[in-house]
Parts: sequence; C-alpha cells; structure tokens
Amino acid sequence: MDNAKTFWLPEKASTFTSIVDPAFDLYLWISVFFFGLIVILITVFTFKYLRRRPDQLATAQITHNLTLELSWTIIPLIIVMALFFVGMKGFLHMRVAPSGYMQVNVKGQKWSWSFEYPAGAVNDTLVVPVNTPVKLAMTSRDVIHSFFIPAFRAKADVLPNRWNAIWFQATRTGVFPVECTQYCGTNHSYMWTAVKVVEPDVYQEWLANASDPGKGKTPEQFGALLYQKRGCNACHSIDGSKGVGPSWKGLYGRQETTNMGMVMVDEAYLKESMMVPTAKVVTGFQPVMPVFQGVLSDREIAALMAYIKSLK
Amino acid sequence: MIAHVHDNINYLKTKKGLMSWLVTVDHKRIGMMYLASILLFFITGGTFAFLFRLELWSPLKDFLTPDQYNQFFTLHGVIMVFLVVVPGIPAALGNFFVPIQIGAKDLAFPKLNLTSLYLYWIGAGIALWSIVAGHADQGWTMYAPYSLSQNPAVLWMMVAAFILGFSSILTGLNFIVTMHTMRAPGMTWYRMPLFLWAMYATGIMQIFATPVLAITLLLLLMENFFGIGIFDPALGGDPLLMQHFFWFYSHPAVYIIVVPGFGITSEIIAAFAKKDIFGYRFVAYSSVAIAIIGFVVWGHHMFVAGQSELADTIFSFLTFFTAIPSAIKVFNWTATLYKGSIDLKTPMLYALQFLWNFTIGGLTGIILAILSVDIHLHDTYFIVSHFHYVAMGSTMIAFIGGIHYWWPKMTGKMYNETVGKLASITVFIGFNVTFFVQLIMGSLGSPRRYYHYWDQFQIYHQISTVGVVILAVGLFTALINLIVSLWKGATAPANPWGAKTLEWQTDSPPPLYNFTETPIVTHGPYAFETEKA
Repeated sequence: MDNAKTFWLPEKASTFTSIVDPAFDLYLWISVFFFGLIVILITVFTFKYLRRRPDQLATAQITHNLTLELSWTIIPLIIVMALFFVGMKGFLHMRVAPSGYMQVNVKGQKWSWSFEYPAGAVNDTLVVPVNTPVKLAMTSRDVIHSFFIPAFRAKADVLPNRWNAIWFQATRTGVFPVECTQYCGTNHSYMWTAVKVVEPDVYQEWLANASDPGKGKTPEQFGALLYQKRGCNACHSIDGSKGVGPSWKGLYGRQETTNMGMVMVDEAYLKESMMVPTAKVVTGFQPVMPVFQGVLSDREIAALMAYIKSLK
Repeated sequence: MIAHVHDNINYLKTKKGLMSWLVTVDHKRIGMMYLASILLFFITGGTFAFLFRLELWSPLKDFLTPDQYNQFFTLHGVIMVFLVVVPGIPAALGNFFVPIQIGAKDLAFPKLNLTSLYLYWIGAGIALWSIVAGHADQGWTMYAPYSLSQNPAVLWMMVAAFILGFSSILTGLNFIVTMHTMRAPGMTWYRMPLFLWAMYATGIMQIFATPVLAITLLLLLMENFFGIGIFDPALGGDPLLMQHFFWFYSHPAVYIIVVPGFGITSEIIAAFAKKDIFGYRFVAYSSVAIAIIGFVVWGHHMFVAGQSELADTIFSFLTFFTAIPSAIKVFNWTATLYKGSIDLKTPMLYALQFLWNFTIGGLTGIILAILSVDIHLHDTYFIVSHFHYVAMGSTMIAFIGGIHYWWPKMTGKMYNETVGKLASITVFIGFNVTFFVQLIMGSLGSPRRYYHYWDQFQIYHQISTVGVVILAVGLFTALINLIVSLWKGATAPANPWGAKTLEWQTDSPPPLYNFTETPIVTHGPYAFETEKA
C-alpha cells in the first residue's frame, strides 16, 4: 500500500485510511462527473444559443418535462442514499473500538496535551505500539478542544464536562502530527503535538521508562519526590516538628519507645512501618498510617529509606 | 394624502432631505438604505478578511499578533454572517422588489418595515461595539465555555444577534403577509416570479428559526445573573446544549442566506435567456422544501462534538435530503438555457458564475454529510471553503448580480457594461483562486482558524492570498462602476433587459406608489415569445 500523501489527502498511517480514503475518492469522482456535466452543458448551451441579434428570441419555450425532472430528482436521491450507507458503515466502525484495545487517557488544556497511561506514565506526546487498537478517552481541563490526527483520519472534540473517545490502529511506525481543531484562544494554532508509533518491544521499553519517574535520579532525590507525591509530607515533617506521625529529621538510627518496647530505627523497622504500620507504633502517636504494602515498589521503598537516612 | 400629486414622480424625488429618508415608510427607500448599510458592512467585513489573509502569507508573524488575528476573523465572521449575508438580499432587494413584483403599492406593514431597519441599525451598533470594546475573539460560532470567558462581550453579542433577529423576523413576516394579501388582480401563486417564492421560503425560516436565538439569550442571562448552570461546565451546565441551540438557529440561517440567491438567479437566467424557467413548479417547491428540511439537519455540525452515534446517523441521513432540491434547481437552470437566446450581460455573467460556485458549494456540502469522511474534514479549511462557496460564491455573487440586474430600476441609471463584465470576470477568477485551494489544504489536514501553520501549507495560503487580492480588485471595480453611473450613467429605460416581470412594466425608477395604475396580470412571470421559424 502506498502510504504517501496524495493530491487531496495526507499520508496514511492507520486502518481508518482504508475506510475514509476510498469513500473520499469515490465521492470525488461523483463530484467531478456532475460538476463536469453541468459546466459542459452550460458552456455548450451558452455558445450554441448565444444571442447574435438584439431582437433574437428563444427558439422554444419548454416549461417542463416530468420524466426529465423526476429522473434528476430520483437518480441523485439514490446516489445520496448510497453515500449515506457508505458513510454510516464506516463511521460506526470508527466509533466502536474492538475488544482488546489499549487505553490512554488524554487531557487537553490551553494549550497543551497530556497523555496518561494506565501504568502511571504521563507524557506530552502520544506513544503507541504499531498494529494495536488504541482507545483515547479524552477530556478537557478548561474549554473545548478537538483532537485530530490527520494521518489517522481520527478526530473528536475534547470537552470539559465529559469524556469523548476515539480509537485507532496505527499501521506503520513513524511520527505523525496531532492538531487542536476547535478554536480555543490565543495559542490555538500552537496547540499541537505528535503521535509516535513504534514497534511493540520499543513501546514496552518506553513505557517501563516513562512509568518510572525515578529514572536518572539518585535514591535520595527520588525519595524526596516520593515524599511529596505519595503524601508522606501530610503527616511527617522533615524539620523536626511534630505532626500526625514522627518527624523524619534525625529519625534513622534513633532509639524509639513503641507499644512493643524499645526499637532501633533501622532499614528493617522503616520497611515494616511502611508495610504494616500498626506493628510497632511509636509512643505518643495514633496508629493511623495507611498501609503501603503493594503500593510502593522495592525501588521506591529503598529510595524513601535513603531519603530518610539523609535527613540528619 | 397627496398621492395623486406625486403619481408620476419617481420615489427618489418625491421628497428631499435627510429626514425624508429617515422617517420614510416607502419600501423602496427603506430597501435602498438597507442596501447602502449592507454594502458598507460588506466592505468592513471584507477588509478584515483581506488583512488576515495577508497575515497568512507566511506561517509566522507578518504584522498581526495571534490575538489580533483571532479578533479579525471574529470580526469578519460576525459582520459577514449577522450583518451582511443573513439580512442581505431580503432586506435590500426583497424590500424593494417584493411589492413591485406582485403589483402592490407597498408592503403590508410599512411602519413595521421602517422599524426593522432601525432594529438592524441598533443591532449592528451593539454587535460592533461588543466585539471592538470587548476584544471578542470567540469566532462567530460563540462556542461555550470559551465564549463565556469573554463576558460581557458574548452577552452583548447575543443581545445584538437577538435584536438583528427581530429585524429579520419583522421583514419575513411582512413579506409573507404581503404575498398573501396584496397580490395584484390575476397574480396567482403560480404566476409569482421565483424570486418571490424564494422570499416566501426565507420568510418562513426567519419567523421560525430566529426565536431560538431569543431563548438562548434568555438562558445565557439566567446563567450569568443567577448562576444557574446551563452552558458553563463550571456551573454544571452543558456546552453541547449551546451548540444545539446555536445550530438550531444557524443552520436554517444558512438557508436564509442562500435561498434568496436562488430567487435572483432564476430571475436573471429567465431575463437573459429570454426563456420561461424550466420546471417552474419544481424550482418553487424546492425553495420551500429546503426551508423545511433546513430545520432538521442542525446536528450535522456536531458529528465530532460528542453527540450520540444514533443522533449522528439520523442527522446524516436527513442532511442528504437537502442535496435533492439543490440539485433540482441546478439542473433546471441549466435546462432553461437550452434553446434560449442567451445574452452575456453583466447580471448573466454573475448568474453563470453562481451556477459554477453553487455546484461546487453544494457538492462539497454533500461530502460533509458522509459521516466517515466528515470525521476527517470537520473543522478544517475544507469547511471554510465549502461555506464560502455557498455564502460568498453563491449568495453574495447572486446579490451582486441582482444589484446589477435591478440597478437601472432602482436608480434610473445604466452602468458601464464593459467595466461591469470585466469586474464580474475578475471576481470569478479571484474568488475561485482564493477558495478552491482551501479545499485541498483542508482535506490535507490544515485546521481552520490557525494563525500559525505548518510550512507545507504555505504555498496554498499564498495562492489563496493572491486570489483575495484579485477578488478585492474585482469587487471594487464593480462598486466604483455602479457609483460612477449615478452621475455619469445613461438614463435607464423602463425595461432595459426586455424582462417580463412586473417591476419592468413601471418606470425606472418607479413612482412613489410603484404603478400609476394597478396592473392586471394575465400570464406567468416569464412569458417570453418564441422565434418564428
């Protein structure tokens, strides 16, 4: 299949091109036929029956011809009904995602897009595996936007009060532009991004990295990020002041009195307190900490411990 | 009271002075004031388009900022839609010729007619003030919630649209009552010129569609002053509801725009082919059919907006039916030329380019009803081009053709025929160079309302900008030709084109009460003779 841009349509990169492009081309030829017919008739009549003397009259007054009139009522009717069915069939296919799709949530705001993956990755360009149905559930943080991938023939408005969805299946790898097509203010025409279609293994690798916000950070830096992102800061201060839970300042290596007796705060106790917070509760605090078993990965636990150790 | 004194004096000379115009109830003078106002706004709206088209010469900043560009396309859209093409033909030419074509002295309600003119001026003033003072940039479609952030500009713009709507309702009502009650003896419905059938169909749409604007305004006011969430999602409202209301009015408005153009085209083709319009009844009924179908297709503006698939499918199905009456008309006009005596005078050149443009405008409309294809074309330059082929290429071209056709009747002067023809050909070339290329860049995926665009589209934008310069030259040539004729033009005879409708049976310009004697109609509007073999 030739994927290049044609005179009328952009490059092809999704399964929808085999729905939209043939319908477009079919209609183009119907249009060319009728436009050509009208223009030729008008031209021929105009020159054949051009007034050559000022007092020249028409050679016939034909007021009507029922057969002719019915034929140019009924034939176009048949043609447009056929077009309706062609359009409807393609459209319903384009609106209903097949089972086994992969979902990405899309958020539009003035004037950027963000793509949220189930594994937690958040990105400003859309990265998807080739030959896989992808469903985009889309909403807006402010005004109406519209999400359009010309090379995929896919488009839907993105509204602030609801989730509109589109799906597509990319047929080849590459980078394809995404445009906002609903007017949204000053930088409407700058609200564009790209969809990057890659091989499935490349996608998995990208997803693993993108889902890993600790990448490129030292354990202490990553721990500091998690301290914010996981809400530790709501109860544990890092400056020694007392909160709902003990401050993390100088915590590591300290002797604490708990309901289970004296405890030396080391890696083992820190990990136990994250996984099973009620096991040994420091005296003077309520056993109210949420359980982080299954929420934090081993890397995240290690990063948090490294962070706590660094708070001397 | 002193009518008999003025029986033979033309309407321009019955009274003198500014006040005699401002308080006139003569439909002809009101029509002329509408014509002058509408042409003034046409130049204004066109100037904004000309400026942002120049800005689009390169993808980066030329001389407008993004905000200025956004305001300019809003000004262009609002002025052209609400002040030019919607009121356009009915208010100017309809006012002048509806009573004369049925052989009446005036419209049924002359004072109401003057009221509608003042409402138009008030509405126009508020609209301009709201977009200039409020720096409004929401486009003529005013989609919530973006437009709501433009308060109070959007509220005032709705007030303006509401007042302009009232002006439109009064005009439509006046025409319908006039056609029902004031036809001259012998002027049966099927002896009415097709321009009148078009005005009748337009009147129906004006009366039934426009009140929805009032409802929308009322809801906007409730939302604004009582915090009742109707359109604004921040208050729990639904922005799609605003789109439904907007298009429930604005889709019929599209046919309010184009149907009068059908009427003028029928008149011109008959007169310059010396032929009875082929299939008169089909052409007449198709205007009414379009008016009726036009009410049930608004959802086709919302195929990607998030309405249900069922609604999308139904609206697509219904939309295809609008193609039929439009196709009938084009075929009938073409068939009218057969065996005629065709004179390519200026109005006929406009009528023929109307056929060319309207065929493209109609065909590019049908493709947008094909659901799967519309997904791709929606909100691109393809749409921009499609509706310009209809609103500018068809309606305004018919309007300009109609002005040329009736100019001798309205002013009593003949314009320069050669200059008129040259201007018409220049307009044709300029218009098509400007807009055909937009079909291509639209289907290639270039979105509308883009200040900044990708380099690959630059060549299309540049061709379009060259086209708009040619178009502007053509339009100004036509305008100057008409204005110059007021001083230098030859005196127009009563019937310079040899047409058969009633307005050509009275003087040019017509006397105050249109006819010195009430005409008695004995035949159809296009009863041309046939060459003896």
